[in-house]
Amino acid sequence: MTSTAQGPEHDVRELDRVTIRFAGDSGDGMQLTGTQFTRTAAVFGNDISTFPDYPAEIRAPAGSLPGVSGFQLSFSASDIHTPGDAPDVLVAMNPAALKTNVPDVPPGGAVIVNSDAFTAGNLSKAAYASNPLTDGSLKQYKVFQVPISTLNAAALEGLDMTSKQVDLTKNFFALGIMFWLYERSMEPTLKWIDQKFGSRPVIAEANRRALRAGHAFGDTTEMFHETYRVPKAKLPPGTYRNITGNEATALGFLAAAQAAGRPLFYGSYPITPASDILHQLSAFKSFGVKSFQAEDEIAAMGATIGAAYGGSLALTGTSGPGLALKTEAMGLAVMTELPVVIVNVQRAGPSTGLPTKVEQADLFQAVFGRNGEAPIPVVAPATPAECFSMAIEASRIALKYMTPVIYLSDAFVGNGAEPWRVPSTDELPDISVPAAVKGDGRFLPYGRDPETLSRPWAVPGTPGLEHRIGGLEKLDGLGTVSYDADNHHRMTVLRRDKVAGIAKDIPDLEVFGPDHGELLILGWGSTYGAIRSAVERLTGEGKSVAHAHLRHLFPFPKNTGDVLRSYKTVLVPELNLGQLWFLIRGTYLVDALAYGRVRGKPFRISEIVDEANRILAERS
Amino acid sequence: MTDMLTPPEAIKLTRKDFVAEQEVRWCPGCGDYSILAQTQKVMPDFGVPKENIVFISGIGCSGRLPYYMNTYGFHSIHGRAPTLATGLKIARPELMIWVTTGDGDALSIGGNHFLHSMRRNVDFTMVMHNNRIYGLTKGQTSPTSEFGKRTKSTPMGSVDRPVMPLTLALAAEATFVARTVDTHTEHMQQTLEAAGRHRGASFIEVLQNCNIFNDGAWREFTERDVRDDRMLVLEHGKPLIFGKSRDKGIRLRGLHPEVVTIGENGVTEADLLVHDQYAEDPYLALILSRMFWPEFPVPVGILREVDRPTYSDLMDGQIEQAIAKSGPGDLAKALMAGETWTVE
Repeated sequence: MTSTAQGPEHDVRELDRVTIRFAGDSGDGMQLTGTQFTRTAAVFGNDISTFPDYPAEIRAPAGSLPGVSGFQLSFSASDIHTPGDAPDVLVAMNPAALKTNVPDVPPGGAVIVNSDAFTAGNLSKAAYASNPLTDGSLKQYKVFQVPISTLNAAALEGLDMTSKQVDLTKNFFALGIMFWLYERSMEPTLKWIDQKFGSRPVIAEANRRALRAGHAFGDTTEMFHETYRVPKAKLPPGTYRNITGNEATALGFLAAAQAAGRPLFYGSYPITPASDILHQLSAFKSFGVKSFQAEDEIAAMGATIGAAYGGSLALTGTSGPGLALKTEAMGLAVMTELPVVIVNVQRAGPSTGLPTKVEQADLFQAVFGRNGEAPIPVVAPATPAECFSMAIEASRIALKYMTPVIYLSDAFVGNGAEPWRVPSTDELPDISVPAAVKGDGRFLPYGRDPETLSRPWAVPGTPGLEHRIGGLEKLDGLGTVSYDADNHHRMTVLRRDKVAGIAKDIPDLEVFGPDHGELLILGWGSTYGAIRSAVERLTGEGKSVAHAHLRHLFPFPKNTGDVLRSYKTVLVPELNLGQLWFLIRGTYLVDALAYGRVRGKPFRISEIVDEANRILAERS
Repeated sequence: MTDMLTPPEAIKLTRKDFVAEQEVRWCPGCGDYSILAQTQKVMPDFGVPKENIVFISGIGCSGRLPYYMNTYGFHSIHGRAPTLATGLKIARPELMIWVTTGDGDALSIGGNHFLHSMRRNVDFTMVMHNNRIYGLTKGQTSPTSEFGKRTKSTPMGSVDRPVMPLTLALAAEATFVARTVDTHTEHMQQTLEAAGRHRGASFIEVLQNCNIFNDGAWREFTERDVRDDRMLVLEHGKPLIFGKSRDKGIRLRGLHPEVVTIGENGVTEADLLVHDQYAEDPYLALILSRMFWPEFPVPVGILREVDRPTYSDLMDGQIEQAIAKSGPGDLAKALMAGETWTVE
């Protein structure tokens, strides 16, 4: 195919899938640039998957290696599960961005650089001894040197702006080039600029000009010989939107409150990468959502328990270090058997760790991390869009079983985005539970439903049900303080059995691929995409490999043991050093193999394929 | 006043309605018995149905109080009672909430929550039993213990300086700040009643005796035979006068209060400071909060009572404002927010 639209003649190549990475200084607006490209691709109808990767520092020294911020996205004409192992195109806004990102680009890949940024000063900040654009070190790539800063400044000439303000718009020039290269409409972004900068016409005009100038540059330069076309993906029918995991989590809980017929309370203390959920829920005031920014993590948990005691669907959200602080109060929620949901958007630990990077190493903390026998159900969404339904599921379990529930998301699933088929509100399940009211006879605050073992939810304001609860052990039934030895044993067993019984009320573990065979790859949480892609590749090669992905981690679905025993080998890839692996070995006596990686990054598909092949070779 | 405080039909309850079945288990002679008794006594006066009253406590001897009140009650964990009370009040502004705490619970492990619940003006009443000792853990120094106090954990004397709870409460912007004494039963009833009727964060320090681990904690100035000379009962609009023969007073000299005798050196009643518990600025209350035996008589009563919107007023106001602006939230619309596209 050729095109001669306006500029020089160029070829058009159709691709099934493209992975782009935008990288620049953390002040260069790379997250925004990536998000704009993602929206445009999503609205066009591609399947998409994104991986924002940003530093913990808000503004590390300009041009420095630690200050590099990246945003990778994959868009495709077919179903995809990950943001791609390696970028086909890297857009590097400065030497530091080039240096930290170019090793991920495969030989032959395209690298577009802002050549203006390759000054002696910036090269030295990036610890380049010589200029990589001229010393031949990039010869295995297709390098496009574009003086983005200069061209952009020329396009903005005449606007009443400082040179610094002008420079801040150069990311849209780069975005314009990419829109041209991938034949994307500028309209969604132009619309966004109008909305965003409506009250600041000069800034709006500058961003419009930057975007159009980048696009026009692509069209007129003879640098690029082809553009690329990625057709629409064939997704199931429906209305779609692009959504991040944290957005889907917030919407899921909003929907859950409606499905439960309860007011929504969210108590939280700001922490990366969970703060977005606080921001989202704080914007839902017209729904009556009460969001409370507490003085600390403990207060957020305490207030959540207080709101649950008052009859709200009550949640708190945090990340690992915050969960550690909430631990004692979570035990109180176990003892008082109140329905609260604790969202943990995991990040790399221990301690402060890598605050903006992904890890799945809080599974032990979620399952075990409390004093005493304190079982708490644990669920984990596998993809950004799935966060919506898992938020409802977490709420359902909390309300039906009168228990705290931990919802384990992570930085990758929380910040990543994908298209989401928007459900109709009629599709929402009914998760309402009755309020306790005064009946005949003595009220038993710890009387139990024979089916679920859950206790009544008697909220203040209900006449005749005045009672006292607390962290001290309760007398079975009556709920008064009891130090009786046998009663403590009985209550401990009851609390265990109540949570264990949830296994009867959750979906079976599903298997993708053969229902028995050589190798089962078992995962949980955000590793879903990489594992599923790896298994698709392996089965495509005729290997006997299946994938099962746990959404319920405590208790496990009741068929889990049977599934695990249907394969010669079980491999458990995790972004930790073997926590699910340990749990399934302990629970099912299955001699599974761990594959743990804690690099602050999601798995690459190829890592899992290679590990599976290694095991298959070794065990055949 | 909220609807809760003026129910459509007057509710006739008595002290007995507020007495729970549970056997009271404090050490015989503990000051907590009196605090419980006065609390049960004043409860009917509010006219609030008992199902709308919640007592929330932390850990310590004071933490047991909710078990003895026949209302809703929550015995939580150490220092965190204000957090539960805040969440409950946000969720259910119509409830009347009391937080029962102690000097260790409120000022040590729960210091942060004390500060923030007060500055937010969450509408609850915090009653702090101050016995200057850790009782339930059997006698260690507390944040209000005297400097140099010998306890099991400080055998050579505490090297921690004590905090002044009332000064802290004022600094934290509490809108009602008062002090009373466990053995001064009528005064305690009046103070509890005033605090219960105040809308906003109320803080009462009750000077309480622990006859097991810190007997005579406040004896020097609270005993019947000396208290008139060593304590100062605050009354709004009245000059600061004390003493058995009502001849002593407090005068301001520059920035410093001083004890003077009326009739000596030409001092008259007109020279004395006049109490103003409703003053918008906190200076007088701050001065009073720093006065303590033996340099000064110990003030009891209401130091400060000001009217400010409560946390729930403001939060619910924003919700109403949002609904007035854009109508009640529509879930279907929220799900479809942003750009959407349709796949046939």
